[in-house]
Amino acid sequence: MTNSINEIPNTKLMFVIGSNTTEAHPVIGTKMKQALANGAKLIVVDPRETQLAEYSDLYLRLRPGTDIALINGMMNIILANGWENRAFIEERTEGFDEKFLETIAKYPPEVASQITGVPVDQLVEAARLYATTDPAQIFYTLGITEHTYGTDNVMSLANLALLTGNLGKESSGVNPLRGQNNVQGACDMGALPNVYPGYQPIVSPAAQAKFEAAWGVSLSPKPGFMIPDMFEAAHSKNLLALYVFGEDPVLTDADANHVRKGLEALDFLVVQDIFMSETAKLADVVLPGASFAEKDGTFTNTERRVQRVNQAIKPIGNSKPDWEIICELATRMGYPFTYQSPADIMLEVASLAPQYAGVTHGRLENHGLQWPVLSCDHPGTKFLHEGTCTRGKGLFMPIENQEPNESPDAEYPFLLTTGRKLAHYNVMTRNSAALETYSPEELAEINPADAKRLGFQDGERVHVKSRRGELDTKIVITERVPEGVVFMTLHYLETPTNVLTNGAYDKVTKTYEYKVCGVQISKIS
Amino acid sequence: MLITITIDGCEVSVPKGTSILEACRMHDIQIPTLCYDPELTSDGACRLCVVQIEGNHNLPPACRTTVWQGMVVQTQSPKVRAARKTILELLVANHPLDCMTCQKMGNCFLAEYAYDYGVTGEIYQGEKRKLPIDDGNPFILRDPNKCILCGKCIKACSQIQGKSILDYSFRGFNMQVSPAFNLPYNESDCDFCGSCVSVCPVGALTEKHMVGKGRPWEIKKVQTTCPFCGTGCNFDLNVKDGKVIGVTSNPDAPVNGKALCVKGRFGTDMIHSPNRLTTPLIKKDGVFVPAEWDEALDLVATKFQEIKNNYGADAIAALSSARCTNEDNFVMQKFMRAVVGTNNIDHCART
Ligand code: SF4
Ligand code: SF4
Ligand code: SF4
Repeated sequence: MTNSINEIPNTKLMFVIGSNTTEAHPVIGTKMKQALANGAKLIVVDPRETQLAEYSDLYLRLRPGTDIALINGMMNIILANGWENRAFIEERTEGFDEKFLETIAKYPPEVASQITGVPVDQLVEAARLYATTDPAQIFYTLGITEHTYGTDNVMSLANLALLTGNLGKESSGVNPLRGQNNVQGACDMGALPNVYPGYQPIVSPAAQAKFEAAWGVSLSPKPGFMIPDMFEAAHSKNLLALYVFGEDPVLTDADANHVRKGLEALDFLVVQDIFMSETAKLADVVLPGASFAEKDGTFTNTERRVQRVNQAIKPIGNSKPDWEIICELATRMGYPFTYQSPADIMLEVASLAPQYAGVTHGRLENHGLQWPVLSCDHPGTKFLHEGTCTRGKGLFMPIENQEPNESPDAEYPFLLTTGRKLAHYNVMTRNSAALETYSPEELAEINPADAKRLGFQDGERVHVKSRRGELDTKIVITERVPEGVVFMTLHYLETPTNVLTNGAYDKVTKTYEYKVCGVQISKIS
Repeated sequence: MLITITIDGCEVSVPKGTSILEACRMHDIQIPTLCYDPELTSDGACRLCVVQIEGNHNLPPACRTTVWQGMVVQTQSPKVRAARKTILELLVANHPLDCMTCQKMGNCFLAEYAYDYGVTGEIYQGEKRKLPIDDGNPFILRDPNKCILCGKCIKACSQIQGKSILDYSFRGFNMQVSPAFNLPYNESDCDFCGSCVSVCPVGALTEKHMVGKGRPWEIKKVQTTCPFCGTGCNFDLNVKDGKVIGVTSNPDAPVNGKALCVKGRFGTDMIHSPNRLTTPLIKKDGVFVPAEWDEALDLVATKFQEIKNNYGADAIAALSSARCTNEDNFVMQKFMRAVVGTNNIDHCART
């Protein structure tokens, strides 16, 4: 997030696109409701009528995957009415040129409306509210990124913010809500194939030299595999061993059958986890890690706040804190990792990642610090891009609308879209007896008109099939989803939704297209 | 701008606009209250925080009275203490006295003040409520007989959670606070965020799974960060005898204050799930066999070394974890880069 969570209650307008905030980030959802109570306006853009949509002033139910057309359409309207922020565009941006304007000109309201299925007057009202309310904030999550053109979706939202100057201020910015508890931190720490900790590129000789000096070994200048590449490489025997740590790709990655076959093709699979996950079942060696309650460390949340995780109990049974296990392996392979504690590890992080330069466990105390924390006396950073953007000037990018990799067709006529629900977090919370009693099974959502046509009853078990896999699931009949769309979650082992989803991915981030694929649905005979 | 007032004979300075109650809290002067919470609006419902102000005949509630320059306040005068005692006597008169088995014992504000003010419950004798307990959901236990009608839960639901599940129903002696139409929680539209539980001053709302698991003085509280989503709420793990028995709000949590969601507040029982892995396992002939750490780690190190020697470091890859700590992730990527010798490291940044 460029802004902070506690700036939300003071914003005047929230533009929430592709984010089921009250279920996926519940406490951020409550902050949004507090903003509403303070008089803010809310625009929700989502094919599925989320709980937040019920609270909105304006709900745009777009056709799944047509976000770019919607945003370009809004920008077209903003420009036609002179609602853009000229001063901001001149001082703070570049790329506001012929090519950009030509692209936007291709999306007059009628065209945008036709592509997205959103009525013209709603597009105009959304554009007006967003452009003329100050401060205004954009929020998005995986509904934007989990497409084959996710990166373009994100750039498109950046265009919208730049055009209106809704950026780089308190309570005003473009805010991706990061899903997993420490996905921000895992990226910051360089658990990525193309960057060292602190986003220093693998291909930069200077970065390579810096880390070689720090670690006293020569390092590979070649960027590594991204997740989808790993499964490909396993199939083709270019990858022989995989060490999976705290993830369950068999359940959570798209096209699960393909993933499973990739894992089965490996010579050696090591899984380190706290539960016997579906992936762990395939492993040659399983190493029991410790849960968050059993180790010290830090998580970095979606607003870049680095916060303490404090050990409350001893590791269960014979399990060990994960960092210790990895250190022992390193030592056995001839490179002793001699850290005495996670606080010790953070000292090394601070010495290598500029954003964390002033982070120590001692300084975090019970309030944390928001990076960048540039030195030991730097107070941290509440919101980014103040005065200038991180890259200097904000860059407008001409972006065209695109179609999903696999849209519904005659054979697979329903559009399957996936997401989360309130009571569960990926697959791990299934081990909470309390949450499990409350929310024990998948309930695929289907529109009443479709249900009627297919003769389905509420609560019936039906068969769902895609080009990649099939499963049975219970259904709930609800207006939350539009006709022709089915919604499912990824929480249930017994209903492994990702056997259905499409393994096609974004060309830059290689994020799977979880949000759109074609399926057929039928009665169980 | 600072304003100087005198509380119980001591001069103190506080910012303009501060209430007497807040001024007292800033200076560690104890004033009893059953309905005030810094995260909620104050409406002076319980009237327990009454104080005496020089030149003023009645006793105004401290939470609803803003300080003025030169104000002279008495917080413990006999008149004030007598007024508070009457309020407490009335509350206790219609309150069960099963404190010995009440989950809230040791944490209950009513009991604390009753002790402080010598309230016995014997002055006013009358009918006591005998209402059914609402335990039809897995998370929250509601005992309406213990409710003192302070209204905090109602405000927590609307002002923190942005819902309006709870309200007063019925009148007079029969008054209750409950979901609309006095429905049980699980038949309402409740999100089970538990904000209502976190503010209840008595044992009327408690965490169901913590009942009978420990007393406040036996419990160690450890502040930590929630592992269930990227919001980064903080809360206190409640630990007794080396076991996590539940979660309570920590009002100092920087992101969320007292607010949590159903996962953070009620999902940590997964820590002690019987499904936890407790020993290294090595697959032999298709079945997992428990192993010692040395054996398992030696095997992994040898295998990795072998593959690296024969096929190159790039034949090995790791999937790191967006659920684990920064320190775990840092060590993991360093292991892959500096020890194995490849940049084949990624994690589910995308789910
Ligand atoms: S649990 Fe949350 S939503 Fe339910 S009544 Fe309490 S405060 Fe309201
Ligand atoms: S349930 Fe608790 S918080 Fe709610 S009114 Fe009763 S005593 Fe107050
Ligand atoms: S308590 Fe809920 S909203 Fe807060 S971090 Fe945990 S899962 Fe997210």
